[in-house]
Amino acid sequence: MSARLMIPSDVAPAATRKAFGSALQKLGATDDKIVVLDADLSKSTMSMHFAKEFPDRFYEMGIQEANMIGTAAGLALSGYTPFCCSFACFLTGRFDQIKMSVAYSEARVRLIGTHAGVGIGPDGYSQQGLEDLATMRSLPGMLVLQPGDDLEAAQMVEHLATDPRPAYMRLTRQNVARVHDDNYKFKPGVFPQLIGGDDIAIFATGGTVGYAVDAALRLHDAGVKARVYNASSIKPVDEKAIVEAAQQTKGLLTVEDHNVLGGLGGAVTEVVTEKHPARVLRHGVHDVFGESGSPEDLYKHHKLDADGIFDVAQGFYKSLTA
Amino acid sequence: MKSPDVIDKASLEQTAVKLRRDILTMLEKAGSGHPGGSLSAIDIILTLYSGEMRYDPKEPRAEMRDRFVLSKGHGVPALYAVMADKGFFPREDLLTLRELGSKLQGHPANALLPGIEASTGSLGQGLSVAQGIALAAQLKGSKQDPAWRVYCLCGDGEVQEGQIWEVALSAPHLGAHNLTAIIDSNKAQIDGLVEDVMPLGALVEKFAQFGWHTQRIDGHDIDAIRQALKAARDETTRPSVIVADTIKGKGVSFMESDIVGWHGKTPNREELEKALQELPS
Ligand SMILES: Cc1ncc(C[n+]2csc(CCOP(=O)(O)OP(=O)(O)O)c2C)c(N)n1
Repeated sequence: MSARLMIPSDVAPAATRKAFGSALQKLGATDDKIVVLDADLSKSTMSMHFAKEFPDRFYEMGIQEANMIGTAAGLALSGYTPFCCSFACFLTGRFDQIKMSVAYSEARVRLIGTHAGVGIGPDGYSQQGLEDLATMRSLPGMLVLQPGDDLEAAQMVEHLATDPRPAYMRLTRQNVARVHDDNYKFKPGVFPQLIGGDDIAIFATGGTVGYAVDAALRLHDAGVKARVYNASSIKPVDEKAIVEAAQQTKGLLTVEDHNVLGGLGGAVTEVVTEKHPARVLRHGVHDVFGESGSPEDLYKHHKLDADGIFDVAQGFYKSLTA
Repeated sequence: MKSPDVIDKASLEQTAVKLRRDILTMLEKAGSGHPGGSLSAIDIILTLYSGEMRYDPKEPRAEMRDRFVLSKGHGVPALYAVMADKGFFPREDLLTLRELGSKLQGHPANALLPGIEASTGSLGQGLSVAQGIALAAQLKGSKQDPAWRVYCLCGDGEVQEGQIWEVALSAPHLGAHNLTAIIDSNKAQIDGLVEDVMPLGALVEKFAQFGWHTQRIDGHDIDAIRQALKAARDETTRPSVIVADTIKGKGVSFMESDIVGWHGKTPNREELEKALQELPS
């Protein structure tokens, strides 16, 4: 595997919520079972595009997330495919409704949580989904996805039209770099490997993937052969990739714009400790509340930008080889 | 606890203009935030802190204070402007709004800024917290003579949240008569007008049916706000709700004429200048 990504330089960074909005609108035209619900955030979640084109299949629920989730469950149990949209924090904040009416009822609801993590910036902690991967992952039978770029986000939307499981998809407010080429095909349970290398393995997800790629390219230049996976399928995880990385490299680094407890870091650690014990460093928001700040300042502060990931990875590699 | 200074109406109206300027100035500097719902709420919040509530800005966590919960947390620039004016923190701090490390978070954070009573920003939750604060005042004092009063400001869009209606049911039953809820009825939310998104119907009558003492007022008329707060204070058995008719973006003509558009968009330099001209200091 080459150390360089084959992405045309004219591809502009794009928010995964934006790709979601366009893909959902497209899907609406070919699948009349698709219905969409939003809770007074359609301009932010980008469900407004579907709403405009298919007003009869769009439900504006007002500021009523619990009611929206239950209603979506009813639609799903009656043969429709509801996409239920809000900010990640407000949606997954209604955990019991998701647990009972969606997961335990095996209702094929597609929960779409946008504005993931500290990457949303100045609105601060109350609007930052930072625990959603942990809680959604704890529900039996739930598919939990987080695209690494806009191309993958669009493919996930198509996938969700037919997948039989209840699902949660986590999207960014901010633009993210393209990391996949046009030949990429998303599959649940598979972490696409973006960069090869046998010194350490970086598992990045969501808004941090592009930065992890940048950091890895610089690590290669600095003599540390870092491999990078886009950990976009949070549940099920790619056990094969995790075990291979544990066998073939000196240590695994997880990177996520989420609390280090229970999200990707938790998922990777669980597999490693049971299947092939190895050193894992969980990097992300280190069990603190999020805060206000510009997205750039916050990524720098939490060492989630390319510089930060480079430093953390280099320090980790040194500790492994010391 | 200091008894409140009652400030005359004319100088309070002057202060309200100054605080509208502060709100717009800090939002322009921050580059993000919510002008519409801050400007609709400022007269209510200022009036609460100017004679109605008992508090000491130098001792913001003094036990025997009255409490204010801003359930519509995104309107916090209005609360910060009032707090700075009353001396909770230096006025220059307003310009740190939403910056990394600032105690002036984009939505209220009570652990970071003394004087903020509850962390809000996820709509629908503040009124329950206020109810708990009201019950605590009755435990501390007595049912007849609670140790403090609590005031809670909600948005009209926010009232769509089911939890609000749980409090509507519980507060009269629990006898939370020292709780005053104020609904900032500015008629708009994010996706459109409240009337189009999810209408509330006869709000005053609904609360009355649940057993609340109800009033409906002009939320920009300081005398009306004062009288309503006094009537709520005089009510000795039921919780009180004041539905305040307000204008989103009040004071800035181009915001008043596009109330949905100015929910969560901040003015640029030029727009700020234009707005400040309409608010002579
Ligand atoms: C639980 C929850 N859902 C969604 C939001 C996003 N949101 C922020 S402000 C707002 C509209 C609020 O409308 P309203 O209560 O009428 O406030 P105002 O018009 O006074 O600004 C929404 C939906 C939120 N903060 N909390």
